[in-house]
Amino acid sequence: MTRVPVWQSFTQRRSAPLALCLLGLIVLAVLFGPLFSPYAVDFIDFEGDWSSPPTLKGAHWFGTDSLGRDLFVRTLEGGRISLLVGVLSTLVAAGIGVAYGAAAGYYGGRTDQLMMRAVDVLYALPFMFLVILLMALFGRHLVLMFVAIGAVNWLDMARIVRGQTLALKQREFVIAARLSGAPDAQIVRRHIVPNLLGVAVVYASLTIPQVVLIESFLSFLGLGVQAPATSWGALVNDGAREMESTPWSLVFPAGFLTLTLLCLNAVGEGLRQALERRSV
Amino acid sequence: MRARYFRIYSFAVLFALGVCPGAAAQSLRVGNGPEVETLDPQRARSVSAFNILRDLYEALIRVGADGELIPGAAEGWEVSGDGLIYRFHLRADARWSNGDAVTADDFVAGMRRTLLPATGSSFAQMLTPIRGAAAIIRGELQPEALGVRALSPLELEIQLDAPAPQLLGVLTQAATYPIHRPSLQRYGADFARAGRLIGNGAYALDAWVMQSHVSLRRNPYYWDAKDVGIDAVTYYPTEDINSEYKRYRAGELDVTYEVPPVQIAQIRRERAAELHVAPYLGVYYYGLNLTRAPFSGNPKLRQALSMAIDRKLIVDKVLNGLALPAYGWVPPGVTGYPPQQPVWAQLSREQQLAEARRLFAESGYGPRHPLELEIRFNTHESHQRVATVIAAMWKQTLGVTTRLVNEEFKVFINHRKQRRLTQVFRSVWIADYNDPSSFTDILYSSHGQNDTGWSSPAYDARIDAAREQPVLRTPMLQAAERLIFDEVPVIPIYFYVSKHLVQSRVIGWRDNVLDYHYTRDLRLEAHAPTEPGS
Amino acid sequence: MMRALSRLLIAMPTLFVLVTLAFFMMRAAPGGPFDGERSLAPEIEAAIASQYHLDESLIRQYARYLVDLSRGDLGPSFQYEGYRVTELIATGLPVSALVGGLALGLALILGVLIGVVAAQRRNHLIDHILMTLSALGVCIPAFVIAPLMILAFAVTLGWLPAGGWNEGQWRDVLLPVIALALPQLAYVARLTRTAMVDVLQAPYILAARAKGLPGRWVLLRHALRPALIPVLSYLGPAAAALITGSVVIEQIFSIPGLGRYFVQAALNRDYTLVLGVVLVYGALIVVFNFVVDVLYGVLDPRVRAA
Repeated sequence: MTRVPVWQSFTQRRSAPLALCLLGLIVLAVLFGPLFSPYAVDFIDFEGDWSSPPTLKGAHWFGTDSLGRDLFVRTLEGGRISLLVGVLSTLVAAGIGVAYGAAAGYYGGRTDQLMMRAVDVLYALPFMFLVILLMALFGRHLVLMFVAIGAVNWLDMARIVRGQTLALKQREFVIAARLSGAPDAQIVRRHIVPNLLGVAVVYASLTIPQVVLIESFLSFLGLGVQAPATSWGALVNDGAREMESTPWSLVFPAGFLTLTLLCLNAVGEGLRQALERRSV
Repeated sequence: MRARYFRIYSFAVLFALGVCPGAAAQSLRVGNGPEVETLDPQRARSVSAFNILRDLYEALIRVGADGELIPGAAEGWEVSGDGLIYRFHLRADARWSNGDAVTADDFVAGMRRTLLPATGSSFAQMLTPIRGAAAIIRGELQPEALGVRALSPLELEIQLDAPAPQLLGVLTQAATYPIHRPSLQRYGADFARAGRLIGNGAYALDAWVMQSHVSLRRNPYYWDAKDVGIDAVTYYPTEDINSEYKRYRAGELDVTYEVPPVQIAQIRRERAAELHVAPYLGVYYYGLNLTRAPFSGNPKLRQALSMAIDRKLIVDKVLNGLALPAYGWVPPGVTGYPPQQPVWAQLSREQQLAEARRLFAESGYGPRHPLELEIRFNTHESHQRVATVIAAMWKQTLGVTTRLVNEEFKVFINHRKQRRLTQVFRSVWIADYNDPSSFTDILYSSHGQNDTGWSSPAYDARIDAAREQPVLRTPMLQAAERLIFDEVPVIPIYFYVSKHLVQSRVIGWRDNVLDYHYTRDLRLEAHAPTEPGS
Repeated sequence: MMRALSRLLIAMPTLFVLVTLAFFMMRAAPGGPFDGERSLAPEIEAAIASQYHLDESLIRQYARYLVDLSRGDLGPSFQYEGYRVTELIATGLPVSALVGGLALGLALILGVLIGVVAAQRRNHLIDHILMTLSALGVCIPAFVIAPLMILAFAVTLGWLPAGGWNEGQWRDVLLPVIALALPQLAYVARLTRTAMVDVLQAPYILAARAKGLPGRWVLLRHALRPALIPVLSYLGPAAAALITGSVVIEQIFSIPGLGRYFVQAALNRDYTLVLGVVLVYGALIVVFNFVVDVLYGVLDPRVRAA
């Protein structure tokens, strides 16, 4: 009953579906593209040219970097890491945010006030600094990275979910469940959370691009993923350093990064507007 | 609406026209790497700090523009026949930057302060050839017992326990700078700041704005002030090598701290005359943890790994020629020490690889018994590049699976010292003074810098012999170095070069192995600074 | 106003929690401030440790820090010997504040302007161009834009310096401010446009137009104020983003601000400096949010009534 109108209103905007298609293509390329190249991500072509421009010869379609590694494979493999970090961090953020927001909204009253006041205060703290601190102090494990990024990005989610929960609580089916004596935990799990998924997905889709940017920011500070693995942030950073001598080492990763972020933002915006239109 | 756009546009043009490329004509502007941790000569640790300190202070002996030792605050010295007593004659006209006379007692106070554990000097070990120094560091003797005495205000005597030919080189270092005792008394350890610091060098500290600049102006009381050509020098912290290069190109710096290797082709093409690359007394190497598997008791494996590394390729392609391939341990250019190489270094690359594969097979590893290794290094762009290439070489020639582990510097240093997790670790040694012992000493079994855990009685015996018998010094050190070639506790990869860009308006810049450049030896061309733009 | 005040009150214990968290996180990390490439004699190491009280128990060090803090002393820097953290912050903060403040101002003024223009010409070419540019502005990382700007304006054209800081002359400030402001500017423009489009369709605006009031008058007098509210609520996050952004920008442009200290201090285990910077930034954001709360009251009569 709810799905169809959202999709319709999503497709009314021209840019959002286009962005979704492009995003799908990028994801496919990132997942399967490296299979088409003869090179591995850490393979050094000792015989070939280093820092060579894009060429069909030798199958270096995006050229090679300053260590003789194939940029096509590295760009796509870097995309895997960037998107992985984006999605996993967002999952962490969504998990915390939904649980926190749903709890606050459902219990209401004093608990709600206290919990939301805490969110207000947390908004005011330089959390990004704690992420930097964590990475600088304890090294750069991928898991640590997305848990840390996720743990600082759940505030928006918590606020929005709480609002939704407050509204849901007044709905007939929740009241009915409560009157029939179902325990709180069960009501939250069975009736509240499933109805929050739409909102959660929309705001998650808006969080992913933020997280991808945060990852690239950490890479710039030298706190990104471990070599020889790479990410778009790390590649763009290397490329920015070498842009005068080997512009292609900047152009391809930066192009992919920007395009992906644009698509993610457009899709997220589209979803959000569609959702808002439904709720009006 | 259109009118507003026009206004914005014309505003931008006005901004552009209002700019003039202004710069002080007689001021030298130097890029100086990381921000200095302190300008206290006895506590300073970094190359960046020493660069500034050489202008602020003057040691007994200083280094000439070509790297030779020349009289500094001492106008001359004599050494006793047994090499145990050094007597220095100070310049009668030497003055502190506030006009006070520089006396022998100031030098005595400086060296005592270096050795006092409470000072926390990183270079106290350097003074251990002097009588009593080691015991003072251990807290067993009072600093007053040090074998450095003022015979008169202008005469200084240094007594040694054993001959130490490197002593003259040590006496150029910041750890031996004199200290202005009244300001130390007045401000305690916090004296090393603008407005407080009194030095005896050619320049005096004018201002120090953290993360922005350290500026010095000429010291009018300096004994040779009439021969100092540049009025003022400003050192800028330049942590980011690419930002530094851009500032240099925009005409904001006269001298850079580094040269970005990725831009080197462009630099060689457009600025060949400004590029200064010269041998430097430093070695970049991979240490092997000999206390654990797989390296303990397996010299053939260590040799095989060493031979499998194509150092020429690393130097040519990874470092873009800004280094020299290292096969031996002591860099070329050390005065009075002929450089050596292991025999295999003369072989062709194919022969080296064949030999590496043979040794690797004999070491007990191969397709049936594959070897997995970890290279540890601290997070840094250039370490990562070198490690990536070496890992690929080991993989592609010997079939060794190599994992790269980069750690934050402090974590890395701790792991390296503990010798538990580490297998292969990147390391670096920069000479404290121009002498082979600065390199050979650090592999002595009990040396604090020996993170490999290599403990060779034969090696230690040769180092001891070189110390005790001055006549046999060079051959003994050479024999010790050859032992490193056989045992391979360390894999030298490349020797450093000093690399700077120097604007053409700077006159008198001469490359030397220590990479010391006293501002007093430089001059600036009289006319206007170079135009910005390329 | 009450709400704003109560938030301010709650923030104090939170800052305390933040400092505690950062303190123990720093200490749990491997490596100490005086570990270096060169190994020290054990006696010297011990002397340094006792000088900085590193030989005491962690709890005592923590208590010592809190006592000093209550007296307004943030302790000595471990990395820059002979300097107090308070001094370093006193020199770095004004620089960061100048660049950050100008960037925030630029992002707000230009962002709102662009948003209003785009909303007014909704679906016209200029709207599409502006919105595409701002979408890009949000997506391109500062460490790509900033070096490109230096290359263009400093190296090639020679108009502006490539970095450095001479008591904050406008020439030193211009490029960093623009680079820092760009992503926020783009975001504000999008926010304003969305809000403005909504407001312009509201019945009371249509009514005002129908009454024959001139377009520009309606825009400024009736539409802009409500449209600014989403921008206002973005101010808090924007300030936080500018602060983190300053870490990158200050490094690229060699600006002696606080952001530049932070990463270096964390890597060098300069315990006190890290704590000091975290504390200052935390306090800054708290104060900033307080101001925003007060502004809310001014802009939105409903909040004032509540």
